[in-house]
Amino acid sequence: MRYDEWKDNEYIEQLVEELKANGTNVIVGSFDKLINWGRSNSIWPLTFATSCCGIEFVSLGAARYDMARFGWEVARSSPRQADFMMVAGTIVHRMAPVMRRLYDQLAEPKYVIACGSCAISGGPFRNSYHVVKGIEEIVPVDVFLPGCPPRPEAMIYSIMQLSRKMRVEKFFGGVNRQEKIEEFLAAHPEEELNA
Amino acid sequence: MANIQEKIAKQFPEATFEEGEILLVNIPDDKWHDLAQFLKGDETLHFDHLLTIVGMDWVDKFGCVYYLSSSTSNELLSVKVTTEDREQPMLQSVHDVWTIATTLEREVYDFFGIIFLNNPDMRRLFLSIDWKGYPLRKDYDMSPENNPVPRENERQEDVTYTYVKDEKGNVEKKTVTIFEPNDFVVNIGPQHPATHGVLRFRTAVNGETIKKIDFYSGYIHRGIEKLCEGLTYPQTLHFMDRMDYFSGHQYHHALCLAYEKALGIEVSRRAQVIRVLMDELARIASHCLFLGTYCMDLGATTMLFYTLRVREQILDIMERTCGARMTFNYGCIGGVMQDLHEDFVKDVKELLAVIPKNIKEYNELFIGNVIAKGRLEQVGNLTKEDAIAYGVTGPSGRASGWACDVRKTHPYSIYNELDFEEVVYTEGDSMARTKLRIAEIEQSAKIIEQLIDNIPEGEYCVKVPKVIKLPAGHWFQMVEGCRGAFGVYIESDGGTSPVRLKLAPPCLPLANVVDHLTQGSKIADLITISGSLDYIVPDIDR
Repeated sequence: MRYDEWKDNEYIEQLVEELKANGTNVIVGSFDKLINWGRSNSIWPLTFATSCCGIEFVSLGAARYDMARFGWEVARSSPRQADFMMVAGTIVHRMAPVMRRLYDQLAEPKYVIACGSCAISGGPFRNSYHVVKGIEEIVPVDVFLPGCPPRPEAMIYSIMQLSRKMRVEKFFGGVNRQEKIEEFLAAHPEEELNA
Repeated sequence: MANIQEKIAKQFPEATFEEGEILLVNIPDDKWHDLAQFLKGDETLHFDHLLTIVGMDWVDKFGCVYYLSSSTSNELLSVKVTTEDREQPMLQSVHDVWTIATTLEREVYDFFGIIFLNNPDMRRLFLSIDWKGYPLRKDYDMSPENNPVPRENERQEDVTYTYVKDEKGNVEKKTVTIFEPNDFVVNIGPQHPATHGVLRFRTAVNGETIKKIDFYSGYIHRGIEKLCEGLTYPQTLHFMDRMDYFSGHQYHHALCLAYEKALGIEVSRRAQVIRVLMDELARIASHCLFLGTYCMDLGATTMLFYTLRVREQILDIMERTCGARMTFNYGCIGGVMQDLHEDFVKDVKELLAVIPKNIKEYNELFIGNVIAKGRLEQVGNLTKEDAIAYGVTGPSGRASGWACDVRKTHPYSIYNELDFEEVVYTEGDSMARTKLRIAEIEQSAKIIEQLIDNIPEGEYCVKVPKVIKLPAGHWFQMVEGCRGAFGVYIESDGGTSPVRLKLAPPCLPLANVVDHLTQGSKIADLITISGSLDYIVPDIDR
């Protein structure tokens, strides 16, 4: 990927603009930068894989693609120690509540990458009776990563994208509060969840 | 085959026969259990391996087609049993003849709602207990409102049901307990790093000793069989890459062979050689990954890096030819999708040069390791009889002394011309299963060596009609996947899409045998045993 293409990122620019709209406190803003610098360079994934994409995630951890270079190597088996979950693979009806629970168990601030076309939309199995048509029905998603399965390079790009997003976020009074979950609950009212 | 027919006709005059590639026996339901016992018990027939049960909905009636094989003569036989009752279809269970039938009948019940009388465990296998309808029935309502995405945790029952018929012909539903009220049940999975995917074991333990395991699958059940019924024949092929994603080439091979058999297409020699080369490369890659992840489960993380080195090299070769790292979609009806890359031969030779060195390294690092020996030897012993009864094929079956390699027993493509050895060990423990896979890497390399220098010239894909229509009929084809015998059953009515496409995966029996293997072992051995069986969960669930 060329550098100017890498810099060309409307989504992040839009996010920065939104955050700058109300101005930032100098001291809090500096602390934000410091903390975000640390946060964005050590994002730990949750080992969560249901199918094919999970094997590419294994390749990502191995010597050739070596995600340890970027500070992501500590794949955690417990959601309480992880920063983000990479939903690698198809999510089916039976798995949906389990995945939701895993998401709830992640400590704030938490992020989700929808990895592969199955997680994005159901992919080749979209017409099936037992497949969730995209995980956005269940959890909020930060980065969508297309591919069937995405190449490890693409996975690296997606996590880098997530790390850039983390870097421009407001930490104090922002993501360290549970605003995201409230936002999500407002969009999905309780009655609907229990229905 | 005529001999088999004569023998059955003598004992069961009501049986009718349909000649074909595999003899099909039609038997009324009330005689089915007796026939099953006769087929297994008779010394010359000796059909002791139940390959699969194909549930069928022919609209006017329900039924099952049982595919049987004999471990001594390798003969194949199919038996068809039908029922016309659509309200409450019932058939005799044969779980006491073939142990694996318990689970295979559960699968048929899950998809078609056919109740098997006397089966001790009539629960759903893949779908949750509150699921409405039976998805593979032709009149199933697919609308999402019928079965919405669940938001709440699934309801759980500690009991199962069995249906028994009394003398008067009344069917009674009886409750059977899975776990006793004072059993201590530990839940392992579906999200667990050592279950190789989303499989769930409910494990009753007594201290550290495992008393019983109840396995739950369906956490990645994607309904491939139903999806295929709505797609054209070439479109169904791409699902084969996404079941057992390491055996993508072999599974493609199976389905292509079945279609070509039905269409009467003769594949060029070049395409056959390419397919076999790819199958064997995939087998090496798969066994390498098995070794890496298995060692990681046992706590030896570094092995993963050593074994993935070879796997990455193979993936590079495949990527150059097929254009993808994992979901190749390479085999197609009539041959393969595109010709080999110009560097293919050179790359494969480089690979063959490094394999012996790597195997030596694996043996030094892991197999000879004292800790590995202590954890693997005499752990999870599977006898040959049990392997056959539970239908454990592939490397796990061969480690128990059962010569069940489909490449030898029912040779397909060009395998009968090749010189390779079917590795069979008799120990049946986890160590034998691990070592056998390493030995298979050597044998696969041997096959590649024979072929790589004489890939014949010719077309890589023969001309096939633009719109593919199979003639009416049914076909069954088996191949040796990386984890065992994989079977496909196709039924066609002459249209452009299959009426039924049944995929018989090798991994369902593998996961099913875990309970039998672990009873009485320590809970730490559960990971060793289930890892050594090397099942792939999307292959179980389809």
